[in-house]
Order: sequence, then structure tokens, then C-alpha cells
Amino acid sequence: MKKILIVGAISAIAEATARVWAQQGDYLFLVARDAQKLAVLAEDLRVRGAGRVETYVMDANDYAAHAPMLDAAEQALQGLDTVLIAHGVLPDQAACEQSVELTLRQIDTNALSVVGLLTLLANRFEQRKAGVIAVISSVAGDRGRASNYVYGSAKALVSEFASGLRQRLAASGVTVVTIKPGFVDTPMTASFKKGPLWAKPEKIAAIIAKACDSGGGAVYAPWFWFYIMAIIKLIPEFVFGKIKI
Amino acid sequence: MSMQTFNAWGRVRRLDLESAPLVSRFDDLPLAGMSAATVLPFGNGRSYGDSCLNEGGGMLTCRTLNHFIHFDPYSGVLACEAGVLLSDILELVVPQGWFLPVTPGTRFVTVGGAIANDVHGKNHHVSGTFGRHVRRFELLRSDGGRWLCAPDWNAEWYAATIGGLGLTGVVTWAEIQLRRIPGPWINVDTIRFGSLSEFFTLCAESDQDYEYTVSWIDCTGAGKRLGRGLFMRGNHCEGAPDLPPYAAKAMTFPFAPPISMVNPLTLTVFNELYYHKSLRRLSRQIQHYQPFFYPLDGILEWNRMYGAPGFYQYQCVAPMQGGEAAIGEMLEAIAQSGLGSFLAVLKVCGDVVSPGMLSFPMPGVSLALDFPNCGDRLHELFARLDQVVAGVGGRLYPAKDGRMPASLFQSGYPAWRDFSAFIDPRFSSSFWRRVTELA
Ligand SMILES: Cc1cc2nc3c(=O)[nH]c(=O)nc-3n(C[C@H](O)[C@H](O)[C@H](O)COP(=O)(O)OP(=O)(O)OC[C@H]3O[C@@H](n4cnc5c(N)ncnc54)[C@H](O)[C@@H]3O)c2cc1C
Ligand SMILES: NC(=O)c1ccc[n+]([C@@H]2O[C@H](COP(=O)([O-])OP(=O)(O)OC[C@H]3O[C@@H](n4cnc5c(N)ncnc54)[C@H](OP(=O)(O)O)[C@@H]3O)[C@@H](O)[C@H]2O)c1
Repeated sequence: MKKILIVGAISAIAEATARVWAQQGDYLFLVARDAQKLAVLAEDLRVRGAGRVETYVMDANDYAAHAPMLDAAEQALQGLDTVLIAHGVLPDQAACEQSVELTLRQIDTNALSVVGLLTLLANRFEQRKAGVIAVISSVAGDRGRASNYVYGSAKALVSEFASGLRQRLAASGVTVVTIKPGFVDTPMTASFKKGPLWAKPEKIAAIIAKACDSGGGAVYAPWFWFYIMAIIKLIPEFVFGKIKI
Repeated sequence: MSMQTFNAWGRVRRLDLESAPLVSRFDDLPLAGMSAATVLPFGNGRSYGDSCLNEGGGMLTCRTLNHFIHFDPYSGVLACEAGVLLSDILELVVPQGWFLPVTPGTRFVTVGGAIANDVHGKNHHVSGTFGRHVRRFELLRSDGGRWLCAPDWNAEWYAATIGGLGLTGVVTWAEIQLRRIPGPWINVDTIRFGSLSEFFTLCAESDQDYEYTVSWIDCTGAGKRLGRGLFMRGNHCEGAPDLPPYAAKAMTFPFAPPISMVNPLTLTVFNELYYHKSLRRLSRQIQHYQPFFYPLDGILEWNRMYGAPGFYQYQCVAPMQGGEAAIGEMLEAIAQSGLGSFLAVLKVCGDVVSPGMLSFPMPGVSLALDFPNCGDRLHELFARLDQVVAGVGGRLYPAKDGRMPASLFQSGYPAWRDFSAFIDPRFSSSFWRRVTELA
């Protein structure tokens, strides 16, 4: 039985992952902005077998709320051994290009709020010399592209921050997992036309749950994105500037 | 709101339609951002024809309503949102000693879809349709109205929505009564029969003592070979049999080949069983519930086997009176045409009354089989079969249909006019327009 905190718990990917954990009887502390959706998910996870489910309303951009939330989680579950940070937004790239304020707000949500949470968590877990910290980044963070570089650069920050943290915490036995999903069919991507590269949240959830159990690292989800991104990263700048992907 | 591609299970049509997901069961329908004049709920697309499509209109995708609400392992009452799949329910409840009260031949359908077609299964002669086990549900209308529906509460909306083809509004959640089981295993008898009359005798003998019955019948045999087949009957197995745990295997059919591959495949399976040396007239085995109820679910997306043109399924039910002769006549016509799949499914429906105004099952005998889409010749055959069905006072199953003439629908479902009063003004479907607008 694990004691798990999920931030952005009603994201479709987080929800599917919570179900995997609920089936194993784990204890869950769910954090999101919408109390009603949290209640719906909590009912569902109890039916599916979660040993315990607690909910907590918080906006990830409210930095002052981070530490009290972590205290509440540790108190409610009497400890904490796994954390999944899943919240995020897919900004309107064109709108961001016209607005400094909007661009910074998106980077705040997708990157800085995650950095804030990771910083606090790292210290708590480091002291205890145990635990798993998983964070959902994205393949979009592997290379900035014209179509979504505001989102991509924020995810790049998350990936690199997690990479450094992984190295730092390895010495204390704390695992840091970076999940890099490709295209996933979730509310975030509802307006996209789906094709063969698209995965269901359940598929990503299985990968996340497995990665949390098996020792960390950066995990592409599904695996084939490793190869797609390897090629995209290899394209020289002078070519990259002329193509549209 | 966005454009998405929708396919029904038969893959005859692919439609790009405006679509919006239902995000929360507490929200109003997401109609504000939609430009389409009409909408239709979409479950998991396991209906074969156009009853789950709305050409030129919008779709409300319901799979996102996928939360359990409560489950009482003592009484077997389960409440869940309408986009939950029957497979999710089984995964949850079978280990706790419960089972679906009624299940269709695939577990990949939503609760909302099972209600909207009032689906039936191998236990129809005992338990009736799925709708009979729905204790209550919520119906959400385009004007924001929410109706709690139960057999004794808004009973007319309950009756219209069960089997209501998604036209009365969106079912947001439902509460169903499950059935107790001793475990996941089924005692199965497989019996060879040589003729239709033998089939009817077997049914009469078995329906009392066996909860589940169904038959496969050979559609290639004309004349003397007409009506040979395999009769399967089963009951939940008491006690824990000394068997290794069931390991589900699933493969996905990777692409749609240019021509149909179904006939050679089903032929092989059937022949193997039918001519298997060790299969006596009656053979007994213990089977896990998955291969027993869902033989095709092991091959995900098997509908692609029919190739790019897709396929039709023809499922009719004929009243007992005249039913045997009608089925014989249809099998003869199908065998002569050489157009059908090799196997048909034959099932006697019992006289448990269906709760829906437009529910398909009636006391009698139901025949179902697939036809690769091969154009005009096929539609000529269908027209012949329609005549037999209409002649005997039978009807076709909208969940499986993509082509029945309006006249056959209207004669088979005389309640359709009364039903029209319950249709949500913003809702419509390709099927409904096809079978009513010519009236
Ligand atoms: C292999 C296979 C075997 C089958 N065997 C059987 C069988 O043995 N017996 C049987 O009866 N059927 C059988 N079927 C048919 C299937 O059970 C029905 O078509 C079922 O309704 C499909 O459910 P779905 O969730 O895929 O819904 P869809 O096919 O997407 O939609 C079906 C109908 O439900 C409506 N709907 C969906 N969700 C909602 C909602 N939330 N509120 C209101 N309306 C809604 C839609 O508008 C549509 O009219 C079989 C199908 C397959 C593919
Ligand atoms: N879908 C994809 O293709 C894809 C690909 C790669 C990576 N990802 C990443 O996967 C993660 C999960 O996304 P998803 O696809 O599951 O999408 P989703 O269902 O839209 O989930 C995103 C969640 O983030 C929450 N959120 C946004 N801003 C927040 C804030 N300030 N505070 C708290 N919560 C906030 C949203 O909550 P509200 O409902 O309150 O807005 C929502 O529940 C995200 O980090 C996303 O970037 C997704």
C-alpha cells in the first residue's frame, strides 16, 4: 500500500493513473482546482478499491498554498511516499505571441508552479531518504517548435529541472521520474484531429505507474516517441528553420 | 467543439462530424459552442449501422462520463456514469462475486449504449433485456432539464429512453442491479444439431435449466444440410473448479485489408469444432466467462477484417408462430445467394416483457449474421429477407441496422409515433431520419 499525492488530479492522465493505484488499494490525496470534479473522482476511486481518498482544493499558481497543502497531505495519509505532478495547460500559441502577460502566465502554470512544488518536495523527501517524485513533462519540451514553443519551452524547463533533481537526489535514494507523453487523447487536446500516433490516457497511466515502481529516469510514453524525438532533435538548425513540423 | 471522424462498427460510412465531449455529469449539455442543428450521444460506437451516427449534425461523446458512483457488494447495486464500459464493471465486480444481469456479445459497450438499445444477451429467455435491471437513471435534456427516471417515477420517460436510440436526451448516470455469481467460470455444453427442428427441440429442453443459450448455424448448407449447427448452453459454475487462473489474450487486428477475411476465418473455427473428432454429439467443458460471452473480444477491432468496404449485420426477430418456417426460408435464401458470412447466430427470445417502447426483443426467434458489403446484389437479398420478416410480423434490430426501409421499421415498431413525442427537440440521428422522414 502506497501513500500517494497527485497534483492536477482531475487531468485525464492523472485520473487514469489514480485508478491503477486505487485498484492496488493505495491511499490517495488528490489536489485540483475544482471541488465538484474532485468529489466525483474520489467516489470513483473509492469504488475501485482505494484504501483511502482525500481531496484538497488548490490552484497550482498559488505558491503560498504549496507548503500547507503538502503538510495536509502528509497529515491526512500519515506520510507520503509517491507524488505525481500532472497539472498543465496547452496555451493558445498565437494568442501568446501577442501578449507578454499571457505567455508568462502559461509558463508560470506549466513550469514555475512545478518548480515550486519540486523544490519543496525534494527537501522533504531528501530528509527521509526515500520516495518517488514523478512529473509529467512532454515530448514538446525536447525541441522548441513554431507551433507551440511557449508550451514546449515550459516543459523543457520541467524536464531539465527534474533531470538535475534526479541526479541530486540519487544519493539519498529518492527516485525522480520524468514522463514525456506524445499525443494523448484528453480534454487538453479535444480540438485536435486524432490519428494513429495518439494514445489513450490509460496507456500513459500504465507507463507512469510502472515507471514509479521501477526506478525512475525519463520515460517516453509510449516508447516510440523516443525515436521520433531523437530524429527531430537531430535535424540541424539551418534545416529546422525552413520546415514545418 | 471540434471535427472528429466517426465510424459505426460496420465501417460502411466514415463521417467527419462536429463533436463535443461531456466533461461532467453536473454540467449542461455543451450545445452553446456547437453550430450543428441537431446532436446525438455517442457511446463506444459498437452499433453496426447509422443509429449511432448523425450525418450533418453534431455528436456528444459520452465516454468521458466514466466514473463509478457507488457499489454495494452486499446488495449488488451499482451506480455509475453512462460512459462506463461494461468491461470496467466486470473488472470491478466479478472478483467480488457479481456479474452483469444481461450482457451483449461484446463487453466494450457503454452503460448509456446498453440502455439506448436495451441490449439483450444469451439469458434473454430468463432475464429479459438490460433495461429490466436498470433501477433508475438521470436523463439530461437540451433545455437543461434533468429527469430522474425509474419504473415508478417519470415512468413514461423511463420507457421512452430505454431502447430510445439516444434520442430522448443524454443518460448521465444509471443504477443497475447486478446478479450474484459463485465465480468467473461457466459450465458449458456444446451440442451438435443437424436441422432447425432439432434446434428448436434443444431450446425447449434447455431453456428451463440453462441460464444461457445460443447457437451458431451453418449458412452455407442448403437443402439437406440446411440448419446444421452447434447449440451452446451454460450456467455459472458452482464452487471453484480446479483450473489455472484465466490469462486473457488480446490481439489487435492491425489494418483493414482490401477484401474481407472473415469467411475463411470463421469457417476454420466452425469446422474445427464441428468436425472435431473428439466432439461427440454433446461435449462438456468449463469455460471462463470471457471466451464464453465474448468470443470476438479477443481480437480487438476484428471489424477491420471485412476490409475497406465494411459490412452489414442483419438481425431480425420473428414471433414463434411461423418463426421456424421464416428462419428456414431466410437461411435457404442466404445459402443460395452465397453472400453471407459462414455462420449465423440463432437465439430463442423468451417472453419476459421488455421495458422500452422501442425495445427490439419479442418472444420468438432471432437470427443474426454478417454480410461483407458487396453492393446491389446484397441489397436485393436484404429486400427478400425483409419480405419474410414483415410477412411473419417480425422486426429488425436498429443497433445492427444501416439500411432497413422505413416501412419495415414502422410496421415492426408501431409505437414509433407515440415515441416521437419524447424526442428531445435538439436530438436526431441518421437512422431516425432514414426510417421516419419518408413517412
Ligand atoms: C461484437 C458485437 C456483439 C454484439 N452483441 C450484441 C448482443 O448480443 N445483443 C445486443 O443487444 N447487442 C449486441 N451488440 C450491439 C451493441 O450491444 C449495441 O449496439 C450497443 O448499444 C452499443 O453500445 P455503445 O456504447 O457502443 O454505443 P453506440 O453504438 O455508440 O451508441 C448506441 C446508441 O446509444 C446511444 N447512447 C450512447 N450513450 C448514450 C447516453 N449516455 N445517453 C443516451 N444515449 C446514449 C447512442 O445515441 C446510440 O443511439 C453487439 C455489438 C458488437 C460489436
Ligand atoms: N494530452 C496530451 O497530448 C499531453 C501530451 C504531453 C504532455 N501532457 C501533459 O500531461 C499533463 C496532464 O494533461 P492531460 O492531457 O491529462 O490534460 P487535462 O485533462 O486537460 O489536464 C490538465 C489539468 O491541469 C489542471 N490545471 C491547469 N492549470 C492548473 C492550475 N493552475 N492549478 C491546478 N491545476 C491546473 C486542469 O485543471 P482544471 O480542470 O481546473 O483546469 C486539468 O485538470 C499535463 O501536464 C500536460 O501538459 C499532455
